[in-house]
Amino acid sequence: MSAHDIDHSLDSFGDTSASATRVTPGNALRPEDIAIQQTAPGEDVAQYALRLGDDALILAQRLSTWISRGPELEEDIALGNIALDQLGHARSFLSYAALAWDKTEDDLAYFREEEEFTALHIVQQPNGHFGTTIARQLIVSIFQHLLYTRLLDSSDETIAAICAKAVKEVDYHRDHAIQWTLRLGLGTEESAAKMRHALEILWPYVAEMFKDEPLYDALGDAGVRPSTLRAAWDEEITAVLSDAGLEIPKTGSAMSFGRQGEPSEYMGFILAEMQVLARKHPGASW
Amino acid sequence: MAAQNESGGNLSAVLSPEEQAGKDRFDAIIAEDSRIEPRDWMPEAYRKSLTRQISQHAHSEIIGMQPEANWITRAPSLKRKAILMAKVQDEAGHGLYLYSAAETLGTPRDVLNEQLLSGRAKYSSIFNYPARSWADMGAIGWLVDGAAIANQVPLCRASYGPYGRAMVRVCKEESFHQRQGFEILLELAQGTEAQKKMAQDAINRFYAPALMMFGPPDGDSPNSKQSMEWRVKRFSNDELRQRFVGMIAEQVKVLGLTLPDPGLHFDEESGKWIHKELDWEELTEVISGNGPVNSQRLERRREAHAEGAWVREAAAAYAAKMARKTEVA
Ligand SMILES: [Fe+2]
Ligand SMILES: [Fe+2]
Repeated sequence: MSAHDIDHSLDSFGDTSASATRVTPGNALRPEDIAIQQTAPGEDVAQYALRLGDDALILAQRLSTWISRGPELEEDIALGNIALDQLGHARSFLSYAALAWDKTEDDLAYFREEEEFTALHIVQQPNGHFGTTIARQLIVSIFQHLLYTRLLDSSDETIAAICAKAVKEVDYHRDHAIQWTLRLGLGTEESAAKMRHALEILWPYVAEMFKDEPLYDALGDAGVRPSTLRAAWDEEITAVLSDAGLEIPKTGSAMSFGRQGEPSEYMGFILAEMQVLARKHPGASW
Repeated sequence: MAAQNESGGNLSAVLSPEEQAGKDRFDAIIAEDSRIEPRDWMPEAYRKSLTRQISQHAHSEIIGMQPEANWITRAPSLKRKAILMAKVQDEAGHGLYLYSAAETLGTPRDVLNEQLLSGRAKYSSIFNYPARSWADMGAIGWLVDGAAIANQVPLCRASYGPYGRAMVRVCKEESFHQRQGFEILLELAQGTEAQKKMAQDAINRFYAPALMMFGPPDGDSPNSKQSMEWRVKRFSNDELRQRFVGMIAEQVKVLGLTLPDPGLHFDEESGKWIHKELDWEELTEVISGNGPVNSQRLERRREAHAEGAWVREAAAAYAAKMARKTEVA
C-alpha cells in the first residue's frame, strides 16, 4: 500500500489535527519539512544542531514522565505541553543534523550509544519531586530562551528558522518555571525548603551550560558561544530567586563533560528505556 | 471515554408551588428537547444521576491516561512519541472540561476526586486492562477511543447544557485519537511479521472489552430508560454497540487483520450485526475491582495526589499571600 493509499484509508476518521491542548503556530517549520529540505548542514553546524537537539530530547524524555503524575491536572497538561515543545525542537534540530550524515532523526535518537550523545548533564538529572523539576526548568529555560533569542540571528538559516518557533515556546516554559518558583519559594516553609534543596543539588551542573568548546571557533556566526550568555543568565535568575525569597546556592561546579561524550550515570537508563522497542525491531517502520 | 450508563430515582414528595413551577418548566424543556442549564430547577434525581455520570466520565479520562502514558517514554519513533504525548495530554484536558461540567451541578472537584481515590466512584472498566505492547497504543486508539466516540457523539445533544457542550469539544479531539490509533495499527500491519503479530494480538485482547464499554445488554440495563426519558441518553447500549461493531468490521479489512470473532456477520433479516457472546461476568468482576490492574491504576492516582499535596498547599498559601497584599495596597 502506498503512502497515498494509507492517507486515503484514513479519510473516514475526519479531522487530523484537532488537539485542543496543543498550541502550534499555523505555518511554523515542521521537522518533516526539514527532513526533506535540500540543503544539508556542514559538519560543524550539524554537530551544533546535534547538541541543541540532544539537550531538548533528553529534557523532553524526562519531563514526559510527569504526564499522569502531576500534583494537579493542570500541571499534567502544562508539563506535558512543555515536554511536547521540547520534543518538537529536538526533532527539528536532529532532523537537520541528520541530513549531514545521510541519517534520520530516529537514527540519531534510537541508534546512538550513550557516549555518542552530547546532552548537558543538567537535562539528564532526574525529575525528583515537583520542586526539583521546577528548579531544573528554571535553570534550563532561562538558558534556552537567551540562546534561542540570539540564534534568531544565526547565519545558518535553518537554525534561525527552528529558533524562531522555539523561542516563543521556551518563553512560555520560562514563565511557567518562574511562576512556580515564586509559588514554591514564597508558599510554605516546606515548599521553600524543598526549593532550596533542589537548587543546591542541581547547581553543580550549571557551569557546564556555559562552557565554550573548540567547535565554536569553526561555527562563527552560525552559533553562539555559551560563555557569552552567562552574565545575562546570572542577572535574570538572581532576580527571580530573590523575588522568590531564595538565593543562588553556594555549591561549586561539577566536572561534567556531556558535550564531550561523557554522559552521567543516568543516561544509560534513559536510553535503555527510550530505545528498547526501536532496537528490538531494527529497520522496522512505525 | 464511555460514561457508565446509569440513573435512577423518582419524585414522590409533595412540591411547593415554586418547585411545581420549576418542575413544569423542566418537563417542558425536556419535552421540547431543549437544554437544562445550571441555574434551572431540576429534580434531585436528575442532578444526582448527571453528577454521577459526568464525574465517572471525567474519572475515566484521567485513569485512561495511564495505559498510554505507560508507553510515551518507549515510543519507537519521535513522531509517534509526539503524537502519543499530545493524545494523552488531550485526555487530561477532557477530564478538566468534564469536572468543570460536573461542578456546575454543585459538587466541587476535590469531592469528586476524593470519591475516585477512595474507590467509591466508578470509571470505565476498559482501563483496568494492561497495555503491554506498543500495538496496544493502536488498539486503544482505534477501539477504545472509537467506542468512546460512538458513545459520546449522541451525548453532544444531552439535555444538560454544560455536559453537551463539553462533549462537543471532546468529540472533536476523539476523532484525532481514533485516527492515530488506526494509523499505528496500519503501520504495524504492513510491517514485519513480528509487528503484524503484535497488532493482531492487541486487537484480540481489546475487542471484547471494547464491545463491553457500551454497558450490559438492554434487558439488563434498568437505569437506561430514565436516562432516555431525560434525554441524556439517546440510544440504547445495544444500539450503540451495533453501530460500533459494524464500523470496526469494515475498518479491520483495511488493516488486513481480523477481529477475534469468526462468526461476526450482518444478519439481513433482523438488520443487525451478530457478534459473539460477551463475558458479562468478566465485566462485573472488573467493575467491582478485580480486573487485571484496578489496584495499580487507583494507587498511581493516590500516589500522585499525595505527592502533590505540598505543592497544592504552597500554591494556595502563595495565592492567599498575594490576595492579602492586594488588599493592603
Ligand atoms: Fe477523551
Ligand atoms: Fe481519547
